[in-house]
Amino acid sequence: MRIAFISDIHANLQALEAVLAVIDAEGADRLVCLGDIVGYGADPQACVELIAERARGGAIVVKGNHDAAVANGVAGMSRHAASAITWTVEQLDGAARAFLADLPLAEAEDDRLYVHASPAEPLSWPYILETADAFAAFSATEARLTFVGHSHLPVLFHTLAGALYTGKTLSFRPDGEAEVPLAAIRRYIAVLPSVGQPRDGNPAAGWGLYDSGSETFAWRRVGYDVATAQERIRAAGLPDRLWMRLELGR
Amino acid sequence: MADPLALHEGMDIDGYRLMDKLAVGGMGAVWRVSHPDHAETLVMKTPFLKSGADVSTIIGYETEEMVLKRLSGRHVPRFVAAGDLRARPYLVMELVEGDTLESRLGDEPMEAAEVARLGALVAEALDSLHRQGVVHLDLKPGNVILSRRGAVLIDFGLARHEKLPDLLGEESDDPMGSPATISPEQLCGDRSRPESDLFALGVILFRLATGQYPFDEPTTLAGQKRRLYRPPVPPVSLNAKVPPWLQEIVLRCLEVDPGARYASAGQLLFDLNHPEQVSLTERAERHREGGPLARLAAWWRGRDLGQRPPSRVAPSRRASSAPVIVVAVDLAHGADPLALAVREHLARVIATEDGARIACLTVLRTRLVGEDPLRDAAGRNPYVVRLIALKDWAHPLGLGEDRLSFHVVEAVDPGSAILDYVRLNRADHVVMGARGAGALRRHLGSVSSAVVAGAACTVTVVRRKEDDDAAPDARAGEGLG
Repeated sequence: MRIAFISDIHANLQALEAVLAVIDAEGADRLVCLGDIVGYGADPQACVELIAERARGGAIVVKGNHDAAVANGVAGMSRHAASAITWTVEQLDGAARAFLADLPLAEAEDDRLYVHASPAEPLSWPYILETADAFAAFSATEARLTFVGHSHLPVLFHTLAGALYTGKTLSFRPDGEAEVPLAAIRRYIAVLPSVGQPRDGNPAAGWGLYDSGSETFAWRRVGYDVATAQERIRAAGLPDRLWMRLELGR
Repeated sequence: MADPLALHEGMDIDGYRLMDKLAVGGMGAVWRVSHPDHAETLVMKTPFLKSGADVSTIIGYETEEMVLKRLSGRHVPRFVAAGDLRARPYLVMELVEGDTLESRLGDEPMEAAEVARLGALVAEALDSLHRQGVVHLDLKPGNVILSRRGAVLIDFGLARHEKLPDLLGEESDDPMGSPATISPEQLCGDRSRPESDLFALGVILFRLATGQYPFDEPTTLAGQKRRLYRPPVPPVSLNAKVPPWLQEIVLRCLEVDPGARYASAGQLLFDLNHPEQVSLTERAERHREGGPLARLAAWWRGRDLGQRPPSRVAPSRRASSAPVIVVAVDLAHGADPLALAVREHLARVIATEDGARIACLTVLRTRLVGEDPLRDAAGRNPYVVRLIALKDWAHPLGLGEDRLSFHVVEAVDPGSAILDYVRLNRADHVVMGARGAGALRRHLGSVSSAVVAGAACTVTVVRRKEDDDAAPDARAGEGLG
């Protein structure tokens, strides 16, 4: 089975459409959205509608902290994130707000776990940035493969499993696109790049592909119409920082 | 109780039938195996595993499977299958016919020409490996099979792929490699440099040329680390017959600082193929172990290396940033406008490739039948005349001797001579001129079009715009057009 992962769309419709077009062309068996459909970008309603349509077609969607903030308020968010959510709430219709409110926090499937931030205290939305964060996440789940988003910084954490366990958590940071083999003797946490607001220095929209046949995970990147996405944010009157960062991928 | 993982002849493992044991080592065994889906005989490599499985052995199998699956070409065995690491780790691959380089080792030194020939086979294999983004990191005579298709490298259990996680390096802080050949930077925890394989090849060349290993085979880490601080004795002090060019090559490979070694396996291959072109330095002149000052300087270099952060440059990028560029220039008519145009273009290429090594090549046409005159009308040797013309032509490029070499090749057919040269030296780029495109030339086929059609690398053909207007067919002769 080939599972395509998208995460941290952040209301960037141009990036989302570009990524979905590539995923459809590749013919993945399943789509998993790891949350943060809205926030920062200028097209929250259109993005929620696109994802809701995919969910009706069998896609798995979990809730991100920005999705949760639409219903719960912006407590704990940065100034720009908070102002974007306040604006976002006004753009969403009732159906879209209900779709976001009803999203599950995590989904498990076979030996895999899908969650936005981390299996460890998912509601406090911790980032998995370093091996210590990954260690806490590994300890909080039995899943062999955990897929998360949230940090916008693609990385693969892994550890030997079972009798071979050495206590060490290792990390691999892909340089742009990369495909790594997954071994049966290890457990993994794959952190996805962001679709709509990349922060790893590469402005291309990111997504991921897990292939259970070849036991590989790949980080993929797609160029999209950054200028239109920027123009939409500027026209919406959102903070300048939010459109400026898109062309830098920072 | 019988060991459930014990193997015996006739046993069936996932469809692979064990035929006979080819080799047994400290870490495992290699079996000849057959499989109904495969017509040819294969080999299966299996580890000895005791209860409380040895993690580093299993990671070695995981690494080798990962790397071998992604490698191709005649310098590696073809990957066939791998066992489940949780139940029974094994690797099945093509059976490579041939002897290991280890079996060729005697106590007596080898002739320099034979050392260079064997070294070139291994350097060619390393060049192929590094271009695929893989560093072997455990190169030693036992891991080289000399087969009819060239040197085949085996045992990728410690290897590193530039695009994949470094499982071993991250799992363990202990340096891993073989006592005789492990490089200084591996001893400092850097597992990313292709120059580590060049160091190991330097150790092998030293062993072949002198009958001894330069740093012995220390079993302790402290013993192995001595190579960071103490320079090797010059090979000539152990075998008086080692020529200066070979000593230069060996000691350059054995530099403590990876940056002071050859920039790529391709450049080392080049020197091994062209002893007469090796640019000699102080290394070639050493006669015995350095005095206290040299020892102090070596200690300082080793200390410096130990404090340096591991490098992050990808092996394949390093291989491609240190290319061998062959420039084929036609000097039959002297340094004519086309030869000057080729040089001008070459200068532009060099400006963007500061690690490049330039091989200047010119073909001296010989006759198909009959003796060629040994002297021209003025009593000069045409080979020497052409070599001097070639050096004069290249002089304005202002390149140091270490980056430039000169080759006058005598051949009946310039096109195939250039192609042979390019193939032998694994050139990355050929720059050559072409005369105008007249009807006669199209009919006969030009040298440049033969090279463009036959070379496995980039070929830049330099043409003069002016030639288009002139009558090109007037310029017949031996041109490399």
